[in-house]
Amino acid sequence: MEKKLLLSAKDIEIEFTLRGKVLKAIRKCSLDIYEGETVAIVGESGSGKSVFTKSFLGMLDANGSITGGSILYDGTDISKYKTEKEWMTIRGKKIAMVMQDPMTSLNPLKKIGKQIQESIELNQGIKGPEAKRLAVEMLAKVGIPDPERRANQYPHEFSGGMRQRVVIAIAAACRPQILICDEPTTALDVTIQAQILDLIRELQKDLNMTVVYITHDLGVVANVADRVAVMYAGQIVEYGNVNEIFYDAWHPYTWALLSSLPQLGIKGEDLPTIDGTPPNLFNEVKGDAFAPRNRQALAIDFEEEPPYFAVSETHMAKTWYLDPRSPKIEQPKSIRMLREKMKR
Amino acid sequence: MPDKEKLIEIKDLQITFGSGRKKFVAVDHVNIDIYKGETFSLVGESGSGKTTIGRAITRINPVSAGEILFKGQRISGKISKELDREVIQKCQMIFQDPMASLNERAKVDYIVSEGLYNFHLYKDENDRKAKVEMALREVGLLPEFASRFPHEFSGGQRQRIGIARALIMEPEFVVADEPISALDVSIRAQVLNLLNRLRKSRGLTYLFIAHDLSVVRFISDRIGVIHKGRIVELAEAEELFLHPLHPYTKALLSAVPIPDPELEKKKKLIIYDPSIHDYSSDKPVWSEILPGHFVYGSQRELDGYQAEIAAAG
Repeated sequence: MEKKLLLSAKDIEIEFTLRGKVLKAIRKCSLDIYEGETVAIVGESGSGKSVFTKSFLGMLDANGSITGGSILYDGTDISKYKTEKEWMTIRGKKIAMVMQDPMTSLNPLKKIGKQIQESIELNQGIKGPEAKRLAVEMLAKVGIPDPERRANQYPHEFSGGMRQRVVIAIAAACRPQILICDEPTTALDVTIQAQILDLIRELQKDLNMTVVYITHDLGVVANVADRVAVMYAGQIVEYGNVNEIFYDAWHPYTWALLSSLPQLGIKGEDLPTIDGTPPNLFNEVKGDAFAPRNRQALAIDFEEEPPYFAVSETHMAKTWYLDPRSPKIEQPKSIRMLREKMKR
Repeated sequence: MPDKEKLIEIKDLQITFGSGRKKFVAVDHVNIDIYKGETFSLVGESGSGKTTIGRAITRINPVSAGEILFKGQRISGKISKELDREVIQKCQMIFQDPMASLNERAKVDYIVSEGLYNFHLYKDENDRKAKVEMALREVGLLPEFASRFPHEFSGGQRQRIGIARALIMEPEFVVADEPISALDVSIRAQVLNLLNRLRKSRGLTYLFIAHDLSVVRFISDRIGVIHKGRIVELAEAEELFLHPLHPYTKALLSAVPIPDPELEKKKKLIIYDPSIHDYSSDKPVWSEILPGHFVYGSQRELDGYQAEIAAAG
């Protein structure tokens, strides 16, 4: 099935200047997003997953800038946008974002209805009572009971899960094509988390949206994603369909992430851990960025950066392990056992 | 496990906040025994009272009814000064947020040895330094770190400092209040391993408070599920995961994300609706339905659970 390419980021490089030093947060990242799909970007904190997606909306901090590559959206390269005015044609209208913490992303001084209405007025050009009606409708859509009364309340009168629903309502109110959810459930309880994921899935179907998840929870990824991209030290080290990543991963970092999950642990035994810390991106990274933490690293990993090797048509991994010249390395046992273990 | 030594006994515990019209019952009718050397976990959503119970054991929250016993001695309510000191020393706590629980203006050396200062648990300055060094080594930090400030460390390292601070008091019982929920995935495994290792080497007993059931299954021997201040089900970890009985437990289990795309996409979410319980005539009781497996319910519900067990074989 041929899917329509919606957004194509190519070789994106993002740099931040901090106290006169340059930090390379994103080092040549490419990602294609197709219409209607759900992409998940996973990685630990500091891997650049938020920064990468924020660049699609021109929401980088003032000291950061895109220094290379292109983001093609709707025929234009939006990475060349400079002014807020240009960005406002994209941000909210075409691509919207849901932030992690529902406690801080709402204005505590404004009524909930007003905040949704604001986003409708700003982005759809509908004003007054009509916008208000749409706002209440949107509240009902995200599953808030008694929306007329709730629209007249303030954020502090809502629980965490309800607030996150409101944030989603605000983002979805402008009918964006792409909805980026940055850790939408990390601050929430498990039961609420599952409900929010369901809600996003329903909205996606209803409004025909494409959703990009940013998360470090592989359980969430398994639940929602069609495709997964694993990020490490500012690069996408492996991407593929969700089943390919969970059942047939090839990058050692993906292995490490999967096998350190407590769900897979055997009671009484130590969980496999990832030693060391991610590289300091103020310095030039030589070779494979994960090599210093990889117990099975090859000599070439420290010398030369690996290219992408295709595992299948949709599955690429950036590791020398897949080079035909490399010694035969088997996937760790825990990865091969993943399927059986899950069946317990 | 009838022959095991009970370290903590919680009997009919009730904790309330406020008084008069504003009185709020946070925890009610809680009965738990925690055996020496085990990891007992409390799971429940935020606001269910799990932290309040942990804080009651460490004597931070006063108890309004019922009692808590530590090694057979009552430690709730008014107790002698000596016992109070002993409890404070022997029951330590590890907190959730390593960013907020360390004094930003103090060096690690002071943070870790604050308990020693308060209880004069050192002979001289050299002895104190040696103790700090040992505690830091035990949690996998370098002794040089003692002269640094908390902001110089990553989240996982800060959590280790928090653990070292608890360990230096040589506790017997540790309340770990969501010790890993604020940490990154890759660091979670390290901290869990550390806690497990310390339990074995030091013979510690844990009360592990969490809302993430996947972690709880891995680390605990027994699990208590708490809802709105009441324990609704208590069983051994595997038993609870294989045969959950109370509808709230089932809802919680169904919400746990499984890192497996095929299973995860097939799974059905159960939503708990407390109004299904009709306790107007049929009063609920706390009953041991199978050896070691307790559940809270009315007689009719208990009969239903029995039938469920029989059906499952």
